[in-house]
Amino acid sequence: MTFPFRHSLIGSALAGAALFAMPAAASTVRWNMTPGVTEISRAVYDLHMLIFWICVAIGVVVFGAMLISIVLHRKSRGVTPATFHESTKLEIVWTLIPLGILIGMAVPATNVLVQMYDTGGEDMVVEVRGYQWRWEYKYLDDDLNERLSFFSNLSTPRDQILGQAEKGEHYLLEVDNPLVIPINRKVRFLLTSNDVIHAWWVPDFALKRDAIPGFINDIWTIVDEPGIYRGQCAELCGIDHGFMPIVVHALPEDEFDAWYAEQLELARADGERLEEEIAHEWSGEELFARGEGVYATHCVGCHQADGQGVPPAFPALAGSALVTGDLEAHMDVVYHGRPGTAMQAFGPVLDPVDMASVIHFQRKAFGHANGELVEPIDVIRFAETQ
Amino acid sequence: MSAVIDAHHDDHDHGPAKGITRWLYTTNHKDIGSMYLWFSFIMFLAGGVMALVIRAELFQPGQSFVDPHFFNQMTTMHGLVMVFGAIMPAFVGLANWMLPMMVGAPDMALPRMNNLSFWILPFASALLISTLFMEGGGPDFGWTLYAPLSTTYGPPSTTFVIFAIHLLGASSIMGAINIIATILNMRAPGMTLMKMPMFVWTWLITAYLLIAVMPVLAGAVTMMLFDIHFGTSFFDAAGGGDPVLFQHIFWFFGHPEVYIMILPAFGIVSHVIPAFSRKKLFGYDSMVYATSSIAFLSFIVWAHHMFTVGMPLAGQLFFMYATMLIAVPTGVKVFNWISTMWQGAMTFETPMLFALAFVFLFTVGGFSGVMLAIAPADYQYHDTYFVVAHFHYVLVSGALFSIFCAVYFWLPKWTGHMYSEALGKVHFWLSFIGVNIAFFPMHFSGLAGMPRRIPDYALQFANFNAWSTVGAFIFGLSQLLFLYVVIQSIRGGQKATAQVWDGAEGLEWTVPSPAPYHTFSTPPQLK
Ligand code: HEC
Ligand code: HEM
Ligand SMILES: [Cu+2]
Ligand SMILES: [Cu+2]
Repeated sequence: MTFPFRHSLIGSALAGAALFAMPAAASTVRWNMTPGVTEISRAVYDLHMLIFWICVAIGVVVFGAMLISIVLHRKSRGVTPATFHESTKLEIVWTLIPLGILIGMAVPATNVLVQMYDTGGEDMVVEVRGYQWRWEYKYLDDDLNERLSFFSNLSTPRDQILGQAEKGEHYLLEVDNPLVIPINRKVRFLLTSNDVIHAWWVPDFALKRDAIPGFINDIWTIVDEPGIYRGQCAELCGIDHGFMPIVVHALPEDEFDAWYAEQLELARADGERLEEEIAHEWSGEELFARGEGVYATHCVGCHQADGQGVPPAFPALAGSALVTGDLEAHMDVVYHGRPGTAMQAFGPVLDPVDMASVIHFQRKAFGHANGELVEPIDVIRFAETQ
Repeated sequence: MSAVIDAHHDDHDHGPAKGITRWLYTTNHKDIGSMYLWFSFIMFLAGGVMALVIRAELFQPGQSFVDPHFFNQMTTMHGLVMVFGAIMPAFVGLANWMLPMMVGAPDMALPRMNNLSFWILPFASALLISTLFMEGGGPDFGWTLYAPLSTTYGPPSTTFVIFAIHLLGASSIMGAINIIATILNMRAPGMTLMKMPMFVWTWLITAYLLIAVMPVLAGAVTMMLFDIHFGTSFFDAAGGGDPVLFQHIFWFFGHPEVYIMILPAFGIVSHVIPAFSRKKLFGYDSMVYATSSIAFLSFIVWAHHMFTVGMPLAGQLFFMYATMLIAVPTGVKVFNWISTMWQGAMTFETPMLFALAFVFLFTVGGFSGVMLAIAPADYQYHDTYFVVAHFHYVLVSGALFSIFCAVYFWLPKWTGHMYSEALGKVHFWLSFIGVNIAFFPMHFSGLAGMPRRIPDYALQFANFNAWSTVGAFIFGLSQLLFLYVVIQSIRGGQKATAQVWDGAEGLEWTVPSPAPYHTFSTPPQLK
């Protein structure tokens, strides 16, 4: 989706400001809240504009009176100050009028809120789980035993962030695996978190709700128009809070059904492949080769290809007492990460084969020579005890 | 009080001690007030530098100066330093200087505790800031300290942050007790409650708020401490705890806290606007009642900071209605100020400029407050730059402007010299323009969808952020001018009369300028 160029009134007043253009600035700048693509989001937008205009009206009266006073009632005009200093009547008037205005705002606000809380009658359910710093989406489909789930990571390359490459159009608002949902169906989201509190926010749906460990929050949407909708995590969740965007593809129903069937097929094939792989009798060479690949995808960024890391930020794995020592402790670090450091938990990210092979790899590479094989079944056993 | 009323109220029997001991051992409310004010100004500069680090990083998209981890430490420390180090101590400093003089008392009721409550501050703040240099860095979880990010996932230095917050809280509670004791026991004969100056009233109510909520904050951080070190799971879901509980406790403190930072400001402008309008404050009684209602309501609105945690509908509605209600007494105050100006004979010296800007910009912040109170719309605003715009309008152009206003208003009384009116005005206009360039665009970036507390952002927010950075630097640098103006007035300048401002009323203007070391050793006679 592109961000349509929108001008609110205040917007155009400050449009001159936009001339202060940054070279990198996208030409599509929004000044106001999006009306979005759902009935609810439009209701929220209308509510927002209603309150905004009420505030503008009050502002005109209040600041108008102030301005008149500043202009007319100044000593330099030779006025003598009046002596009045109280009026119970006025106090009552300016208590009751705002109260009336507020009631006028509260009525539509209550209606929209009640509508938002009507979570029943959904057509499908998606579990959204926050992780430091990615989202996991799981389609909870009661009719099927298979469950489709995947992680959604920021896909903006690091060199764009560091200014070594030109920033793309959807800088920081792009992911590897977007959430896909159908339009015109009521999709219910169950939000939770695996670690700290995150918040799942898609402005075009007017949906924002915290994903809290140990809680399940409940929101829903019915999207009207197919499109790509972008949002971000809205609750400070640690170092990479700014780097866990949300991208939702809303597809027409039939396209969605086709996509879903295809994904299930792929997932089933994947599952079968994984079962086979787990059952496979792995040799040391096979594990090493597989692990080298996993290491290259997930670990080199910090620990480097030669395992020397970038001390002190990212420690060397080569020669590490942990990596050459007790297997359980080693697995524990890779599986759970080190909370509060850049070393994240890979348990939920890597399947048992990848996990086993990358651990095996570390224990053999960088001049290490640990004898034992680390097999997928070791990881599964370890996971079961966690 | 047993003192006999006689005509010589300023006897100069002994002045301040010499050297450093004057400041270490002093129990004089004026000395302690000055120390509070200087301390808060230093913290204001420290917090300001952190804000400029944040704004410099956000000038352009991309990672430019600091990494995201340090960025998070800056946002957290900026918030904590400004709230606990700059705004609150500045108001206590003003209270120390002015309350005894306003109620006709010789000093604060509990002068030794006064000394202690001040001297805790530099140590507590040094401890707080030193965490930035500790292994693993300083706090990086926001000034709101949300668990479990601050507990299970917090850096090791969190323990020191908790201790610093305990100390700062103890200092605030002592200050509050002292203020209540002074106001309730040491008023000059004849000064009934409903004759007290507004600054005295607002501080009395603020002090009760402080005593009510600082222990709640202490409880919250103590629970954090137990979760971190002693194996409890108050906020750890894995151990049966509840992360949302933390937010309820924090905001039960946090919302009254924002009023702690604004009620004394209401008091200040209620002195300055009448003085420069040459007209009595309009609706004194209703101002007192409005302040009390705001204080009461501030205890039952806390969950408007938590509309997105997933409360039941009934809870959501309750907190929405209660929050909207706060706008009513707040509105009453604004209307009263404007009625005070109405048909006055206004002049526009620096304190008045800051007071007018306060009324104008605080009201703008009030408008965005009402918008935020609308729960369904808050889903779109919450945790975006729109909220950042809101609270900077009420805190910077609100609380902070009122502090500048107070300093310019009473500076001649403190130093005995007029400050440079021309430079004061330059300071005002630079601050006014800087604040608006810095914070007005944040309404837009927030509405357009920029979350707060992020070190880098999508390209469509670039213009707004560039402007905000420019404004922040204008604002920040112009505060050096303020420092210069104050020092200049301390060192010399045109002699101030006792009355200083022709329209000003109150006992503080009956003592000479500069105010002698001891004032009202015998209570004044009220007309
Ligand atoms: C984003 C950077 C990053 C990535 C990616 C990363 N690590 Fe780490 N890793 C770290 C940091 C930082 C530490 C040190 C944590 C600490 O301070 O205790 C660490 C520590 C470790 C340790 C413990 C080392 C020791 O001697 O204590 C192991 C083992 C490890 N990582 C394995 C891996 C594996 C395997 C992968 C890939 C699947 C990986 N890491 C990916 C940053 C990273
Ligand atoms: C008309 C009166 C006011 C109303 C209705 C109001 C309402 C609100 C609401 C609903 C929020 C939460 C927004 C969100 O997080 O989504 C909020 C945030 C905030 N308000 Fe106000 N407010 C008012 C006045 C004030 C005043 C006077 C102050 C301080 C001087 C203040 C300081 C703050 C602060 C600091 C926050 C943000 C806290 C944080 O999340 O870090 N507000 N306000
Ligand atoms: Cu986040
Ligand atoms: Cu609040």
